[in-house]
Amino acid sequence: MNDRAEHIYKTFDEELRQLDNRLAEMGGLVEAQLAGAVEALRRGNTELAEQVVARDKEIDALDIEIDLFSVRLVALRQPVAADLRTIFAAIRISSDLERIGDMAKNIARRTHAVSRFPPLTTTASIASMARVVQTMIKQVLDAWTARDTEAAADIFARDAEVDQHYASLFRELLTYMMEDPRNIGPCTHLLFVAKNLERVGDHTTNIAEQIDYAVLGTRSAERETHDPTNTHIPAAEDR
Amino acid sequence: MDMSPSTIRPKLTARGVNVFYDDAHALKQVDLDIRAHEVTALIGPSGCGKSTFLRCLNRMNDLIDICRVDGDIRLDGEDIYDPAVDLVYLRARIGMVFQKPNPFPKSIHDNVAYGPKIHGLARSRAEMDEIVASSLERAGLWEEVKDRLDAPATGLSGGQQQRLCIARAIAVRPEVILMDEPCSSLDPIATARIEALMDELKQNFTIVIVTHSMQQAARVSQRTAFFHLGDLVEVGDTDTVFTQPVDPRTESYISGRIG
Repeated sequence: MNDRAEHIYKTFDEELRQLDNRLAEMGGLVEAQLAGAVEALRRGNTELAEQVVARDKEIDALDIEIDLFSVRLVALRQPVAADLRTIFAAIRISSDLERIGDMAKNIARRTHAVSRFPPLTTTASIASMARVVQTMIKQVLDAWTARDTEAAADIFARDAEVDQHYASLFRELLTYMMEDPRNIGPCTHLLFVAKNLERVGDHTTNIAEQIDYAVLGTRSAERETHDPTNTHIPAAEDR
Repeated sequence: MDMSPSTIRPKLTARGVNVFYDDAHALKQVDLDIRAHEVTALIGPSGCGKSTFLRCLNRMNDLIDICRVDGDIRLDGEDIYDPAVDLVYLRARIGMVFQKPNPFPKSIHDNVAYGPKIHGLARSRAEMDEIVASSLERAGLWEEVKDRLDAPATGLSGGQQQRLCIARAIAVRPEVILMDEPCSSLDPIATARIEALMDELKQNFTIVIVTHSMQQAARVSQRTAFFHLGDLVEVGDTDTVFTQPVDPRTESYISGRIG
């Protein structure tokens, strides 16, 4: 959008800028929430965790605001071509960000349960998985702002890395649980956390796809979002 | 951009069409196929050549002294610029509806009967009444005027007059109907009726419409051709042109940008 000529209706350009600003605001908030959730979990900081849970409402409110604003733009401006694609991409990105916010909230909610157990070394692995995911979010938000499809393509490769992290965390946690049944409680919580982070990676990839759509009009076929642990456990036990 | 000859056999083909008004080059080397039983919309800013192109299709430009048309335009494979072509017959096969409704200062009945009469399409009064009734019906006007066929056409509303003009055009059983901004003087309801009508009429006719309303082109047409400064910039399926135009000039125009 940035390198295109201006609209004859300047207010429409202004409205599209507003839409971008709102998304950027929401993206920043989501980044902060995820960072807060991971930090709370790592330090067993239940106070911070509660703050994260409480702030999720702000993300939900922004999602609704972006939705309504987009519907209004479609109704009043009757956008076509790149404008139309941008608005639809924004709606979808907003709902992916909202889901990432939910994941952050879920992670924060486990802080209390996990903090009651002696610390496990796995928390460090979770933190490093979280770092990859957080970098992805930052990259994808920057790529959206710049409408940079090359940077978006990079996100797909990163997601494979996240999947690997998840698969190795899964094995690690399984080992702890087999070693000592008292580990089952905290490990199960951490497994959910790892799964949440893996989902964040998937949502980030969805956002990257929307950059392609907005800029080029192409939609890559639905990427396989298979459970990366499926290859390691027999299907029957997966049920 | 889908410029290649389509697999669907076109009703009209234009190849290397150039139009000059004196020295002004109004249309440059246009190649365009018009598919049968579809609505093709011609869009573009004022002076882009879209109306000029439309008027080439039934040789309305012949009426303008300074206008010169080059190139090849065929209706079902027949060269319409062949000197042997009978213009009256050609314009019966390719009818036209104009921007402003232009009923004759006659009764509703006589407006519709005029064409069939000069082309000798009815052998009896009953047959003529049948043509008039069915044409009005297909134009979606019958219910509103059936009780006052002898009333002057000029007493109808703008939207009714335009539908009367459509009835008048289809009464001579044309194959193609050219429409030059047929809704620009109508209100939104009358516009919607004409648009719905186009959708029905395309089953029996091939329709080419020039419109300034992008939304109208998007609503009524299956194919859209975008003209700019005398060039045919892009032609394709309407949904593609409005969601993923190929040429930046098309993108700028349809999304209302200063390009």
